[in-house]
Amino acid sequence: MIKTGGLRKSFRTRKGRRTTTVEAVRGIDLAVGDGEIFGFLGPNGAGKTTTLRMLATLITPDGGDAQIAGADLRKEPGEVRRRIGYVAQGGGTWPDVSAHEELVLQARMYGIGKADAQRRATAAVTAFQLTDYADRKTKTYSGGQRRRLDIALGVVHDPRVLFLDEPTAGLDPQSRASVWDEVRRLRGLGMTVFITTHYLEEADALCDRIAIVDQGRIVAEGTPDELKREIAGDVVTVGLNGSTPQAAELLRSEPCVHKLELRDEGGLRLYVDVGATAIPRILRALNHSGVELDSIELHRPSLDDVFLTKTGRSLREQ
Amino acid sequence: MKLARDTWLIFQRNMLLVVRTPIWVAVGLAQPIVYLTLFAPMLRKALIAAGGPTTYAHAYLVYVPGLLVAIACFGGLFAGFGLLAELRAGIVERTRVTPVSRTALLLGRALRDVATMVFQAIIITILAIPFGLTVPLGDVLLAYLLFALLTLMATAASYGISLHVRNEAALGPLINTIAQPVMLLAGVLLPLALAPLWLKRVADWNPFFWATDGMRALFAGHIGDPTVWQSLIIVAALTVLAVAWSAREFAHSLR
Repeated sequence: MIKTGGLRKSFRTRKGRRTTTVEAVRGIDLAVGDGEIFGFLGPNGAGKTTTLRMLATLITPDGGDAQIAGADLRKEPGEVRRRIGYVAQGGGTWPDVSAHEELVLQARMYGIGKADAQRRATAAVTAFQLTDYADRKTKTYSGGQRRRLDIALGVVHDPRVLFLDEPTAGLDPQSRASVWDEVRRLRGLGMTVFITTHYLEEADALCDRIAIVDQGRIVAEGTPDELKREIAGDVVTVGLNGSTPQAAELLRSEPCVHKLELRDEGGLRLYVDVGATAIPRILRALNHSGVELDSIELHRPSLDDVFLTKTGRSLREQ
Repeated sequence: MKLARDTWLIFQRNMLLVVRTPIWVAVGLAQPIVYLTLFAPMLRKALIAAGGPTTYAHAYLVYVPGLLVAIACFGGLFAGFGLLAELRAGIVERTRVTPVSRTALLLGRALRDVATMVFQAIIITILAIPFGLTVPLGDVLLAYLLFALLTLMATAASYGISLHVRNEAALGPLINTIAQPVMLLAGVLLPLALAPLWLKRVADWNPFFWATDGMRALFAGHIGDPTVWQSLIIVAALTVLAVAWSAREFAHSLR
């Protein structure tokens, strides 16, 4: 649905008399499948928004090319515009106009006829739970209501691909969850959704696949689970009622355990590929030899661990 | 036709915003009244001192066309201010991602400004009638056409400039720096007949000067005066240029 090759963009900025060139995006190659929620995860200034604005035809790439929903970004930007929806980070609604009026105009700007535009606006108001304030001016909306309207505006023409730039930045947890629900609902309708985010939890919970970007480059790509497994697999901690050496010996010979450490506070730390399948094996092995188990816990490496190993910095500290 | 349809869409939305802002309607009506009542008496005295026409009717024949050109120039050149708020709110970006015509993004807005300013021009003309202003209908309609073109030229230029200078603090002084000399050299308040020769030669290069001359000829009922067709052609040609340039700015990828 989206395929890019070597997408590049640099900006010239002036500081006093000196002009410096900032390479915002330095060669992005990615492929997004049909019906995927694809996450572009990275710190502020990583080039996420610049990439998105290139894909949405707002700025011209310096180099590279892209195919979006079957249209060529460079040769037929008009066709790309018709097939995509784009929701900027700050939205973009007139303060003195109602949600219903905005939705009608948006549909009309995509060339949709008057009657059809009215029908779509009414349907979108219902689908995005805006019914109670559909005729109020958007300046009276809360952050969450406005965000839902922004997304509704992005999809009123039924695009095949939806681009969302930091869709939940600055939202309270409840509104964030409601935005996630909307995005999942859109995927359920067969839409491909490309979102940028700097929230680890969001990338983890919402996205089917993620590309981690840093300084204008993709440093890792895969499903959230794949990415985390690529680091160290899972971590299983086992609490024991004594007989720790015996258990250690036993588990060391278990093929699913890569590495084993004795914990300072007692018990063992086991590094495994997939915790979900390793735990039953560990339990069985311990059970067979009569070692008494106190507790067992599965820890999964977070996306922050992934970011840390790829870039040497933590995303949380950004 | 897509351009006409899209322009109508953007125009409708912008007119809706005008109607929803009652303060604008009030200012739009108050401005012409203030101009007419405050300045015309002074102008009459000035014209008498210069040995020119002496009645209010004469003063208005000189002043009203000049005032219209001034409104088109100032009102038009400052129209871009409104765009800055829309740029900041992301409205321009949102519309630019849709397949809507880029020229329509400019024309829809500029024609809103033309419509509101033509409305003002009509109010001014009507208010000047009790003071003795008389103009043939055909001439005044042609004058409104010239006024509309002039307004479109100035607003288109203003939107183009605003897309480059995205900062109120810089835009205000910049536009003032352009508008003040252009207005002085157009003879909108005092006819350039009073000016020294070198100033007249400079004014020859000012489209607003031609517009003022054409407008005054039309208000005086001299529809056959060469300044009428000359001003219409000059202003129309520059309007096309301004619209083409500004529409390109809307289409251009800006950071």
